[in-house]
Amino acid sequence: MLDLLHDVIFDYTLRNVALGSALLGIVGGVLGSFAVLRRQGLLGDALAHTALPGICLAFMLTGLRTPLVLMAGAAITGWIGTLIIIKVVQDTRISEDSALGIVLSVFFGIGIVLLTYIQQSNNANQAGLDRYLFGQAATLVQSHVITMAVLGGAALLCVALLFKEFKLLSFDPEFAASIGFPVGKLNVLLTSLIVIAVVIGLQTVGVVLMAAMLVGPAAAARQWTNRLSVMLGLAALFGAAAGVSGAMISVTASRLPTGPMVILCMTAIVIVSLLFAPERGLVWDAVRQRSSRRRILQGGPG
Amino acid sequence: MDSEEALDRLPVAVRDLTVAYRDTPVLWDVDVSMPEGKMIAIVGPNGAGKSTLIKSILNLVPLTSGNVTIYGKTYKAQRSMVGYVPQRGSVDWDFPTTTLDVVQMGMYGKLGWIRRPGKRERDVALECLEKVGMASYANRQISQLSGGQQQRVFLARALAQDAQIYFMDEPFAGVDATTERAIVDIMRELRESGKTLVVVHHNLETVPEYFDWVILLNVRVIASGPVEEVFTREAIQKAYGGRMTFLPDSVGEPSGPLRRAESLGD
Amino acid sequence: MNAEQTILLTGVFAASSCALVGSFLVLRKMAMMADAISHAILPGLVLAYFLANGPNLVFGVLGASLAGLTTVFLVEGLQRTGRVKSDAAIGIVFPALFALGTFMISRYFANVHLDADAVLFGEIAFAPFDRLIVAGVDYGSQPMIVLGAITVLNLALILFFYKELKVATFDPGLAAAIGFSPVMLHYGLMTAVSMTTVGAFSAVGAILVVALMIVPAATAYLLTDRLALMIGLSVGSGVVSAVSGYYLAVLIDVSISGMMTVTAGALFGLAALFSPSHGLVARAIRRSKLRERFAADLLVMHLSHHRTAAETFDSLAAELNWSPSWLERVVNRSTQEDTIQVESEAVRLTDNGRLAADRIAASLEPAR
Ligand SMILES: Nc1ncnc2c1ncn2[C@@H]1O[C@H](COP(=O)(O)OP(=O)(O)OP(=O)(O)O)[C@@H](O)[C@H]1O
Ligand SMILES: [Mg+2]
Repeated sequence: MLDLLHDVIFDYTLRNVALGSALLGIVGGVLGSFAVLRRQGLLGDALAHTALPGICLAFMLTGLRTPLVLMAGAAITGWIGTLIIIKVVQDTRISEDSALGIVLSVFFGIGIVLLTYIQQSNNANQAGLDRYLFGQAATLVQSHVITMAVLGGAALLCVALLFKEFKLLSFDPEFAASIGFPVGKLNVLLTSLIVIAVVIGLQTVGVVLMAAMLVGPAAAARQWTNRLSVMLGLAALFGAAAGVSGAMISVTASRLPTGPMVILCMTAIVIVSLLFAPERGLVWDAVRQRSSRRRILQGGPG
Repeated sequence: MDSEEALDRLPVAVRDLTVAYRDTPVLWDVDVSMPEGKMIAIVGPNGAGKSTLIKSILNLVPLTSGNVTIYGKTYKAQRSMVGYVPQRGSVDWDFPTTTLDVVQMGMYGKLGWIRRPGKRERDVALECLEKVGMASYANRQISQLSGGQQQRVFLARALAQDAQIYFMDEPFAGVDATTERAIVDIMRELRESGKTLVVVHHNLETVPEYFDWVILLNVRVIASGPVEEVFTREAIQKAYGGRMTFLPDSVGEPSGPLRRAESLGD
Repeated sequence: MNAEQTILLTGVFAASSCALVGSFLVLRKMAMMADAISHAILPGLVLAYFLANGPNLVFGVLGASLAGLTTVFLVEGLQRTGRVKSDAAIGIVFPALFALGTFMISRYFANVHLDADAVLFGEIAFAPFDRLIVAGVDYGSQPMIVLGAITVLNLALILFFYKELKVATFDPGLAAAIGFSPVMLHYGLMTAVSMTTVGAFSAVGAILVVALMIVPAATAYLLTDRLALMIGLSVGSGVVSAVSGYYLAVLIDVSISGMMTVTAGALFGLAALFSPSHGLVARAIRRSKLRERFAADLLVMHLSHHRTAAETFDSLAAELNWSPSWLERVVNRSTQEDTIQVESEAVRLTDNGRLAADRIAASLEPAR
């Protein structure tokens, strides 16, 4: 245990992995909370899948594997996917959930086509794009972590500054519009921040499972508190805890991809929160029900 | 038509307003003026466009034609004079926030960007909660409130807006008699201090008791004016069409048993 | 049968079996549930592999169906607790199960045939080499035979329960009232989805299964309002995507299943833009016509409402808050319809226009 702590502080790889996955957990938790409260949890899933063709295209166009370049590509196709979803839902008879499924799977298909195209075109530099499928935290280097920190820090700063605006936007958008908030612009901004959260997580958690890093911490945090500010804090904490522990397991036990490990840690937190959180825990529901049944059986209120 | 000066003193003037959602017109060439210091009911069957009228006054839906002025200027310029109580069902009451916090949202508009509510806002919010009899619920999570309590919280939020004109969409929906009384009392107090209240109302029975002025709406304005003048049997029948079999027997007459017109409406 | 024919036929079967169940998924707004199932069957497959000590068709189908149904139970159960909304419930359950599956694979079966990439995008090109051998007799390509069987099964299911599925999809209340349980049908459909997913899994992978289920069905939904036709069209567009996807993929040497998805997406894009009944273009045209029609009516109503002898262009533009060019367009149209006339800059109603105004006024009633 102490050894691991020592390594995290002094070992270059482990330090980067720990910092990177903590970052992604914090940013994903905070922005995921807004996504979940606005019932857009699955938009995160679609966004993550639509990032794949963006990563491939960015690589094909520039020949670079710099995280910033790939992230930019991912963000652009993520946004295009979101716009298509909005357009399809607004202007055709297709329901939101089909629109999500269509965009998610078709963009992922495009991504697979591009990925195989890059692989067969024998580019010496190509290796490693497929790590974006399941995530490979061990490949994080310092420059990646710095990029993630800058992007994530900017996103968190936005949330800190516009906390009350985002809160009202999520709770009662109509009232927000009536008192003059530019609801359309705030929506675009919040969605862009969610895109950033997704993009930050891609290298560590991967395209396929990134959605859970938005939804999981938020759902767990909601169990423990009735205040939005506390919920954001807890979600950040849970996200970071799952991110770091998952990444550590993956890096120290070789051959385990990072994404699934992070999600399994996250799921453990979610299950504990759903069952045992004071007030909202499901176990207490069951206990209350049983004791009230017993009271009735024993005749009369206790 | 009103002179420019008269328009300035009119809390709300709606001119030639037409609104369509997608392909279907919902409000057609609506012209109404709402006088100052009155309690004004908007009455009409489901789907008549009552909520839409309020939303178009508040600039929440695009207008196909016409315009709306608040004391002679656009809504945008006069926003701070307006308070709004949306339909209660329009929000998710499981949102992680407290009663006090929701009331403070009424002051977000005046706070401006970035600034957070502080001690002063807290005090005002508590005062507003006090007025609606909800002070002891200040720190409750909003999902633990009953329907009537939620409605009072929304009212308190509007009070916190400290407006000249209040728009309320069905404030009595799902509310018991006591709460209804309490809400009416607060409305009357507001009226006494010179505010204008525009209320979407469903219970025809209580219109003459609560309101000074009524707008009967069904896609077009059927009638609009002082209750004793325009709230007649004929006008109600016209607004509700064949869908109303029971008519409040003696609407427009001084006394007599009244029935809920909406009971057979849907 | 040569390799190419085998691959093509496998693709065609995959597309048809998916499209058959997909139509109901789209209509019942369960696309994302299908996505969840397609991911979540992974641990079921792994477990089956483990229990049967190797790839085994029967165990695989059973394990995956079980996992699929578990997903549906978990998602719906979570939702019922009221602690999370439906989107979050899906977003919690399927990543957890999928992560569990990939974890089991990399931990215990790192060297064997099951690998995570194949789970994601499958490899239909291997279909000819994966033989179905029972008691030493080679019956042909296993994925092709399995998918063919599932196609037949799904088709039989739909033919047999067509009426029930139709009623349960469009009016669950009525279905319950006339005596068949929408819940049973729901779980039946979910079982079919799970089984179809397992079958198509090895050919096209988890995510592209979803594409083949949802995308052709959505394409068909944009083209017709009739259920039977919709099912037919979705099978048709699925098959077209599979075949054209195959040839395109071979042409530029990329993933076949990926390309099938891309062509399915392209067909959807075409339908979304150009469907004569529900496409964006047709809709925009219809809307702009309607807008003009509506504006012309409004102008007539406005003039009749105000009962003024005549109004100038400027005052009309101000009152209606219309731009001069839009007003001019509407005035031109109404002049042609002979509802108004323009004399020296003043607009007035004609007798015909007054009649039109009365007719419009009479037709104004709220939607319900
Ligand atoms: N966002 C929307 N998109 C499309 N149509 C809408 C929308 N909102 C309302 N409508 C339609 O506009 C009409 C008027 O709706 P509105 O909500 O204004 O009625 P209302 O008088 O408030 O009814 P209720 O008494 O039921 O609240 C209805 O036919 C409704 O179906
Ligand atoms: Mg309404």
